[in-house]
Amino acid sequence: MQNFLRDAAEFLPILLQGVWLTIVVTIGSLALSTILGLLWALMRVSGVRALTLLSGGLINVIRGIPIIVLLFYLYFVMPDFGVALSALQAAILGLGIAYSAYQAENFRAGIEAIDKGQIEAAQTIGMGWWLTMRRVVLPQAVRIVLPPYGNIMIMLLKDSSQASTITVAELALQGKLIASSTFKNTSVFTLVALMYLTMSIPLILLVRHFENKANRR
Amino acid sequence: MIELTDVHKRFGAVEVLKGITGSVAKSEVVCIIGPSGSGKSTILRCINGLESYEAGAILVEGARVDAHSPSIVDIRTQVSMVFQRFNLFPHRTALENVVEGPIYVKKQPRTEALERGRALLAQVGLAEKADAYPPQLSGGQQQRVAIARALAMQPKAILFDEPTSALDPELVGEVLSVMRKLADDGMTMVVVTHEMAFAKDVADRVLFIDGGVIVEQGAAKTVLNQPQHARTQDFLRRVLHPL
Repeated sequence: MQNFLRDAAEFLPILLQGVWLTIVVTIGSLALSTILGLLWALMRVSGVRALTLLSGGLINVIRGIPIIVLLFYLYFVMPDFGVALSALQAAILGLGIAYSAYQAENFRAGIEAIDKGQIEAAQTIGMGWWLTMRRVVLPQAVRIVLPPYGNIMIMLLKDSSQASTITVAELALQGKLIASSTFKNTSVFTLVALMYLTMSIPLILLVRHFENKANRR
Repeated sequence: MIELTDVHKRFGAVEVLKGITGSVAKSEVVCIIGPSGSGKSTILRCINGLESYEAGAILVEGARVDAHSPSIVDIRTQVSMVFQRFNLFPHRTALENVVEGPIYVKKQPRTEALERGRALLAQVGLAEKADAYPPQLSGGQQQRVAIARALAMQPKAILFDEPTSALDPELVGEVLSVMRKLADDGMTMVVVTHEMAFAKDVADRVLFIDGGVIVEQGAAKTVLNQPQHARTQDFLRRVLHPL
């Protein structure tokens, strides 16, 4: 225990730099996946056959490729096509695209859970498709979608560690670098695990808050 | 102002409307009665484009109703609808439900719309419920809010799709009396209903529909008191004397 605390004091500043990058990657890819996911979901329920098929196909392709391969593709293959991304950009883009598929399916489930009568009522007061979505469907779908959205946030936080495979020096990679140069595997990876847990707990509490709120209605 | 000419509508293999022809004049109150599954609600839903129809024509103020054309939005702002299950927006207050269309579809100034919305809620006897959410209201109150929401669009006609069928019996009266007041004020109304007393008292004309066709129509009291057709007689006997 004495040793662990001493190691912790020594490694914590370096690991905190990793935490910062973990948070940047998580928030960046969460924002991107939310926007893309909403776009895919709206295309899916648009009622326009071409858009429905396109978004369905896109979601399946994205779902069928491992995140790590997607990251390799963006970071190592895209430069061959003249698109050079920094490791951080590639990580945010890759995780954002990968998670957009899960976001889309979650949003679609929320949208489709809304009673058809709501949509008809909106139509009979003259609302078009977009106004119906914005004023009637989406505000109600948010309540349904929030608890799973919280879970996606937690998964994304943990999967941000995959950015380490393309040299983003986030928490997992910082840990690995320290461990391989000091051989203090136990201390370092215990610290890394505790730090992920510390970041997850507020999110877990947030999900519980969403669920309680959803159940109260 | 509403004209139907030989309207046909099918759901898959089932033809639910087999040539409906009729019209509704301005300020007229027409009740549509008939057994369930006869196509009564489908007629209303075709008139404001919630369903499309395969053959025939529906005209509202001379404009053809086409569910797939952008012009349908214009028709819907002229012909409002009140649903059996109210379909109020549960995430908005009674007043917000009423002013939603005027503010976001008709682009009326907010203060003006709110003022009119409060007046409409007062008209249906719910002035003090303006800030209540639909789940906090009784079925009768919710349906009156729904009527206020329809009125807020300043429609030329309102379609009522079994407006009292989902209500507890003691709440039916408050909704019917609001509808009677509307009829007295000259609103054009098409009402699908099982409330024969309302049809007899308030309607100018009654259509009896069975199997997707108009079996009998005429002045309300004539059709309801001296039905000519055997199917009408049979239906009325079963509705009025269920035992």
